[in-house]
Amino acid sequence: MPSNQELNMPQTLNKNTQSLRQFKKVCEILDRYDHDQAKLIPILQQVQHEYRYLPEEVLTYVATSLGLPPARVFGVATFYAHFALKPKGKYTIRLCDGTACHVKKSIPILEALYKRLSLSENKNTTPDMLFTVETVSCLGACGLAPVMVVNDEVRGQVTPEAAVKLVEDIIASEGSK
Amino acid sequence: MKTAVINLDQVSKEYIDAANKITRRVVICAGTGCVANGALKVYDAFLSETSAAGVDVVTELRAEETKGDLRISRSGCQGFCQMGPLVTIEPEGILYTRVKPEDAAEIVRTTLIEGALVDRLLYVDPVSGTRCTGTAEIPFYARQSRTVLKKCGHIDPEDIIEYIAAEGYTAAREAYTRMTPQTICEEILHSGLRGRGGGGFPTGRKWDLTRKQPGPKKYVICNGDEGDPGAFMDRSVMEGNPHSVIEGMMIAARAIGADEGYVYVRAEYPLAVSRIRKAVTDAEAMGLLGDNVFGTEHSFHIDVMEGAGAFVCGEETALIGSIEGKRGMPLPKPPFPAQSGLFGKPTVINNVETLASVPIIMRMGAAEFRSYGTESSPGTKTFALTGHVVNTGLIEVPFGATLREIVYNIGGGVTNDRGEVTGESFKAVQIGGPSGGCLTEEHLELPLDFDSLKGVGAMVGSGGLVVMNKQTCMVRMARYFMQFTQNESCGKCVLCREGTKQMLALLDDIIEGNATGHTLEMLEKLAIAVQKGSLCGLGKTAPNPILSLMRHFRAEYEAHVHQKRCPAGECKALAIPEIDPEKCKGCTMCAKKCPVGAISGEVKKPHVISAEVCIKCGACVAACKFDAVML
Repeated sequence: MPSNQELNMPQTLNKNTQSLRQFKKVCEILDRYDHDQAKLIPILQQVQHEYRYLPEEVLTYVATSLGLPPARVFGVATFYAHFALKPKGKYTIRLCDGTACHVKKSIPILEALYKRLSLSENKNTTPDMLFTVETVSCLGACGLAPVMVVNDEVRGQVTPEAAVKLVEDIIASEGSK
Repeated sequence: MKTAVINLDQVSKEYIDAANKITRRVVICAGTGCVANGALKVYDAFLSETSAAGVDVVTELRAEETKGDLRISRSGCQGFCQMGPLVTIEPEGILYTRVKPEDAAEIVRTTLIEGALVDRLLYVDPVSGTRCTGTAEIPFYARQSRTVLKKCGHIDPEDIIEYIAAEGYTAAREAYTRMTPQTICEEILHSGLRGRGGGGFPTGRKWDLTRKQPGPKKYVICNGDEGDPGAFMDRSVMEGNPHSVIEGMMIAARAIGADEGYVYVRAEYPLAVSRIRKAVTDAEAMGLLGDNVFGTEHSFHIDVMEGAGAFVCGEETALIGSIEGKRGMPLPKPPFPAQSGLFGKPTVINNVETLASVPIIMRMGAAEFRSYGTESSPGTKTFALTGHVVNTGLIEVPFGATLREIVYNIGGGVTNDRGEVTGESFKAVQIGGPSGGCLTEEHLELPLDFDSLKGVGAMVGSGGLVVMNKQTCMVRMARYFMQFTQNESCGKCVLCREGTKQMLALLDDIIEGNATGHTLEMLEKLAIAVQKGSLCGLGKTAPNPILSLMRHFRAEYEAHVHQKRCPAGECKALAIPEIDPEKCKGCTMCAKKCPVGAISGEVKKPHVISAEVCIKCGACVAACKFDAVML
């Protein structure tokens, strides 16, 4: 395994040990899939589950371990919408913009969230790393349109006011911790 | 690993014996929709309330534990998502809607103990105003014909034994022990089953082509990458009856001679992923999947793969690429997957609903299956009915049902933006998502099947039906779909990659009032070019919504282009500012600021804006100190 310097690991002791431990996880994931090139997508999914995004150095490491060119791994990581190359916030708010949600006015909800959190399409994570706001094409809960998912919790028939209130509640509960 | 051959009849008999001791059953819908509305809390509340009331409850039915005669279980999607969480009480068939955890105590006391109804939780038909006790009285259900979905919303999707007790896996046993691959293909061919994923290719023919390919290694893939926004039929089947999908895959595997299968499920469907995974594990534990299936020399293993968020992976060659660990980019056909598919081996790839139909056909026989639906499209089809209708949810009707039947009788009519049902709200239905087309008032009597829809420039697609009311702008709708396909284009073909971008830009021009007389003409030309110059279904069908909407709503497009007016009133850039006479003080500020002199009025009296002269610059809005000018 390459040294910490080569992997661009954070230098503080505390964080360093933490990163090392997580790197061990990457090896475990690779072992679980027998270093099988065909399992690249499940491997990246597991890695992302561990880190909440795909750090560049980990992608390179995965590519080398699987005997694949890093370009191929980056190609896959950038092709699929689920893979994130930048860290996401603690709370990922995914607003459904499927046809049913769209005709039931999902965009005003997105605009309200962007406004409350000072975000935009290009800047979708808050600087304090608390929230990431993104849209998804369809969550398949069209009967409850418009739908919003906060981490893994699905909420149906959302209004702009309810979405903003939810954000306020999370901020309040995080602030009191 | 060799397991003893499972005796389905024995397992089924033990279960039925145990079930006969149960006199009442509470079924709580645990599909994605109801779970989002708190169905799992309702389930917990029922368990705690029954125990508080001293009622013995069975949650998992097994031969050895039959304490109590009341069973509480969870089910897959019962279909009526909007009214969730749904609770059904059997054998009476009482359906309670919008049940909250607090209601459990009252249902336990009133219905389960005293045998009376809790009126306030019954569904009220908005048309007749009557309270409906069960599904038979609710028009939404009564007018459907549930075949593939029959067990969904009734059986516990996480209990393999319950599926077996409902004749589950008997068709697979028949296929492995008594039928030859050829007879299976013939049976499916006779049934006339056509792929439910959109194309409508005869399933039997697909299987037969793969069966005839040489070589020992073949694959079966279940395509659960239901990416069409506004469609959730496959999700409901995978969540509500996962074993039917696995049984269908087993039969397909036997028919073509495959020993390995993949279920590819969208990552946006976490519940479907976990239920399918559990179903595979349970089937393996029972010895239904694995080596020596039903004691024969054949083996069949299933792997579940989660997608990573790419709509194009619904296309079969792209999906195969994704399983191989590559970017999901479509390949030219031929070779078809039947000849060279996953890892270069012959592969059958079928949609979830298609595979779930297979065991049903095998059990009922091809002839009976043909008695449903139309001559060229036999059987039933599930649709996801959403948008501006009273009843949204999952429905199943025979092919050949009319749009009017679906929208007005099952859907309960069209709502306006305030949610009221009016006779005049219907504008269009988008069928088949971003690859499909729209149907308008003139198509209300059209029998829906593969061929009739093709005839009017639409397609069944995967089966999403999004109803739109008069307040929906058809240019914005086309823009919405174009934005979607532009985002999802994999970038391989130039015409799809660049063409969708340009079409989007042209639609933006129309919406923002920058269109010229040539815009529509250019849009049409480009649409046809993209149709012709793209490799896969995504690109070939990407222009469909534009062409279809432009054909049916030409006047609306022309109003945007020539009169700079949005008849539906949705396009803000085309909206003419109005002065609220109540708020206007007649200060003349706006009239002074207006660069074209479009505002007139006497001092201290409300002013008006001339729609003909106004250039929509917004200067008047900024100038007004009383917020009287509104866009």
